[in-house]
Amino acid sequence: MLSNTTALLGKELRTEFRSRELLTTTVVFILVIVVLFSFTFDPTSAESRRFAGSLLWLAFLFAASLMLQPCFLREQNNDTLSALRLSVADPFAIFVAKLAANTLFLLLTEVLMLPVFSILFNVPVFPVFGQLVVVLFLGSLGVSIAGTALSAISAQARMRELLLPLLLLPLLTPVLVASTYVTIGLLDRAPYMEWKGIGFLATFDVVFLTALWLFGEYLLEE
Amino acid sequence: MKKHALASAVVFLLLGAAAYGSLFVAPTEKTMGTIQRIFYLHVSSAWTGLTAFFICFIGNLMYVWRREPRWDWVGICAAEVGLVFTTVVLVTGPIWAHPVWGIWWTWDARLTSTFVLWLLYVAYLLLRTLIEEPDRRALFSALFGIFAFIDVPLVFGSIRWWRTQHPQPVVMGGSGSGLEPTMWYVLLFSWGAMLSLMALLMRARYDFEAVRGEMELVRREAEGL
Repeated sequence: MLSNTTALLGKELRTEFRSRELLTTTVVFILVIVVLFSFTFDPTSAESRRFAGSLLWLAFLFAASLMLQPCFLREQNNDTLSALRLSVADPFAIFVAKLAANTLFLLLTEVLMLPVFSILFNVPVFPVFGQLVVVLFLGSLGVSIAGTALSAISAQARMRELLLPLLLLPLLTPVLVASTYVTIGLLDRAPYMEWKGIGFLATFDVVFLTALWLFGEYLLEE
Repeated sequence: MKKHALASAVVFLLLGAAAYGSLFVAPTEKTMGTIQRIFYLHVSSAWTGLTAFFICFIGNLMYVWRREPRWDWVGICAAEVGLVFTTVVLVTGPIWAHPVWGIWWTWDARLTSTFVLWLLYVAYLLLRTLIEEPDRRALFSALFGIFAFIDVPLVFGSIRWWRTQHPQPVVMGGSGSGLEPTMWYVLLFSWGAMLSLMALLMRARYDFEAVRGEMELVRREAEGL
């Protein structure tokens, strides 16, 4: 299981870093959203601190719902899914590799965007950088777990580009709410860590990982 | 046919009795007045909607396990009927809230999570329309239904902790909350009536879906798919 997962993870990372298409597009996409958001309220006001967390997470969530599209679609287009299934004993390994890769990609784009965001909205992120990375990691993990599962579903349907955000975003309400509140706390004038939110995000991750472990093999049926 | 008519008549009698009970038997609430009587429709629909979604979840699980089309039919009819009851909740909520709280909508935990629940099951029904092949549609929508149902307590928890300004729940709330006994009886009776309506609707929808499923099978065979 473990060796399978690492091999598959290596494959996912190699495919992406060969072209870096997904990462570049996502970074630019987040940038576009953040800039557009800045026109909708006064970004220099003290209020921006209160909005910053929500804005950041909405941008990440929208970006993720697009970024996760090719996850299973690529396998389907190249007809490699059945080969994958045949070569791996435990189908859960396929999911773990894919969601680990997705978490990594998301985290990477998020960490890249943080300084830009900090400059544009005048919120200091460096004093709380470590804590922010914890939230970003737990949140992105939740997004990736649910997103990987749902992208296997949406890949089977028509209008899949529209369908995935539609299925995924309402499902991610708990992640959005919890991570936004933790982030708002961290960007406060007197930063504080909302541990309840961290615990909640961890719970979400565990619950959905368990569900994926239980039902993952059915998601790969053809 | 005769059985159907009889069942419908019983359900309508029950609903009539529930309406009578909530309008004339239950005492008038002290601060809110007559408008509070919408409570019996609102809460009983909410509970019935949740019951239907729970049945949908069972149907989804059973489909993944047994792969019999009838569980798929249970899933879709429960989701549709649950959606109808949830819509009633979302409509009666603002009607009640406006005179009492002075606003149509508040981002209260139960209201908001009901709304998210509604969106999730709309997505479930949409997903079903977008997958052509029947077995695949049944399997993948069942899996989405399972994920959606697991999500519900998490949605509720997150909104309750971070996004709420709601009053203490009256039913099953903390100490100091509670209902007058007659109100309880009327509420439970209304819920019973709503459940019977749910059963009636689901039964009809199930029969319809079964015929449709058979038809689809025959059509696909004829087209050589």
